[in-house]
Amino acid sequence: MKVLVAVKRVVDYNVKVRVKADNSGVDLANVKMSMNPFCEIAVEEAVRLKEKGVATEIVVVSIGPSTAQEQLRTALALGADRAILVESAEDLTSLAVAKLLKAVVDKEQPQLVILGKQAIDSDNNQTGQMLAALSGYGQGTFASKVEVSGDTVAVTREIDGGAQTVSLKLPAIVTTDLRLNEPRYASLPNIMKAKKKPLETLTPDALGVSTASTNNTLKVEAPAARSAGIKVKSVAELVEKLKNEAKVI
Amino acid sequence: MTILVLAEHDNKVLAPATLNTVAAAAKIGGDIHVLVAGQGAGPVAEAAAKIAGVSKVLNADNAAYAHQLPENIAPLVAELGKNYSHILAAATSNGKNILPRVAAALDVDQISEIISVESADTFKRPIYAGNAIATVQSTAAIKVITVRATGFDPVAAEGGSAAVEAVGAAHDAGTSSFVSEELAKSDRPELTAAKIVVSGGRGMQNGDNFKHLYALADKLGAAVGASRAAVDAGFVPNDMQVGQTGKIVAPQLYIAVGISGAIQHLAGMKDSKVIVAINKDEEAPIFQVADYGLVADLFEAVPELEKLV
Repeated sequence: MKVLVAVKRVVDYNVKVRVKADNSGVDLANVKMSMNPFCEIAVEEAVRLKEKGVATEIVVVSIGPSTAQEQLRTALALGADRAILVESAEDLTSLAVAKLLKAVVDKEQPQLVILGKQAIDSDNNQTGQMLAALSGYGQGTFASKVEVSGDTVAVTREIDGGAQTVSLKLPAIVTTDLRLNEPRYASLPNIMKAKKKPLETLTPDALGVSTASTNNTLKVEAPAARSAGIKVKSVAELVEKLKNEAKVI
Repeated sequence: MTILVLAEHDNKVLAPATLNTVAAAAKIGGDIHVLVAGQGAGPVAEAAAKIAGVSKVLNADNAAYAHQLPENIAPLVAELGKNYSHILAAATSNGKNILPRVAAALDVDQISEIISVESADTFKRPIYAGNAIATVQSTAAIKVITVRATGFDPVAAEGGSAAVEAVGAAHDAGTSSFVSEELAKSDRPELTAAKIVVSGGRGMQNGDNFKHLYALADKLGAAVGASRAAVDAGFVPNDMQVGQTGKIVAPQLYIAVGISGAIQHLAGMKDSKVIVAINKDEEAPIFQVADYGLVADLFEAVPELEKLV
């Protein structure tokens, strides 16, 4: 079966971001960018499904600026067969991205679509669910285990109190949680090979999708800073402070 | 303006996060209706009717809603939601699972995990693991929003007397089915609702050593959490994880033991009132957010702390 994986180019998770002085957003100039960590897990899961003989082709798709090609090449180096970039310079909302992905799903007809559960920049946790709604497919969100058998997929999900397993009819949408797998690194020969794999570029217009949004970001501020704390010298002093100064125990 | 709040429950008990969500709805202003979708969830509907400020409870009782499958519940919420100005749910794993599906069905953008209500159409929410706060305005006819529980003080669970109305609408998409559930058992307070949280990280060295934290937590009436490092190392189950990808907590007192304080962990606990860090590395980033820091070996400090509190 064909597996479609969506990946996003985001600021690297180790970078401590700074808010712009004019409060228009976060300063991303000259900041290291990477593939969103949850998307890496999605690519890894697709590659493992191919290694098990469940998946026959892996198509990786990204929606964003032309520089997102770097992340698509990374996915190709990890084992994806071909890539699609839907090029858009705008900052798109989850709904717009879900609509674009729906157009790609209609075109490619995958049996399984794997996304990360959330992108670490916008922290929305919406796109997979929205894509499932638009396509009418079942959704297995926050997956820690994915097992395809015949025309269904069993997804074990991380929920607030523990774990839940649901069975979905294929085609279906799965979003990855951290513990689904440990993503591999791309080897140098595979990075070289990935440069020759096909990468198709599309536009929202060509897909006939409107990316208009009902959300408008008015400003972005730094969070309130915590006042500096103190170092205590002993456990006894700590207990005394918690009892008499902070009054929390 | 009428606001629909999706109740969080397990068919027996109304989850406390619902009270925080109603509090956010009250800040927006207008009539508040609560939707209880489940199977045999009558006691939940009765509990919802008693919440202060709620004027109506809609009880959708159907086998298709028994396990909160989003494929079945989202069409119900979208259908009922057409008559409302706002649809709210707690940003729990259920709320996050269901609500984006509702937003897409209604063709509107969603606003996730709001921490404050500026006006009926403007909200604040954290982005970049809590390192920036965005103010977002929505022009959508129906505003679909998930609410971060720790951003709002819960309303009173008693004092209301709303009417309970049965909803007949049945949606069964037939694309998904529930197989099984494995819930972690714990006698300690629930992590996201606890007044005190004691968390352990990689510095705990192994799962057995968490017994020191459990002993301290039991003495303080606290919940026990963990960093991602401790979960990934298999010390404790993943539902104990505090952070950007785990649970968001904001207790009165958060005690971080053997936790370095990575950005992703801080995202889950830096709104705690008082933060205590116990770490032997005095350069650990956790000390930058801690109100009280103790540079010490946790295997000496934690048992001593347990004796003294």
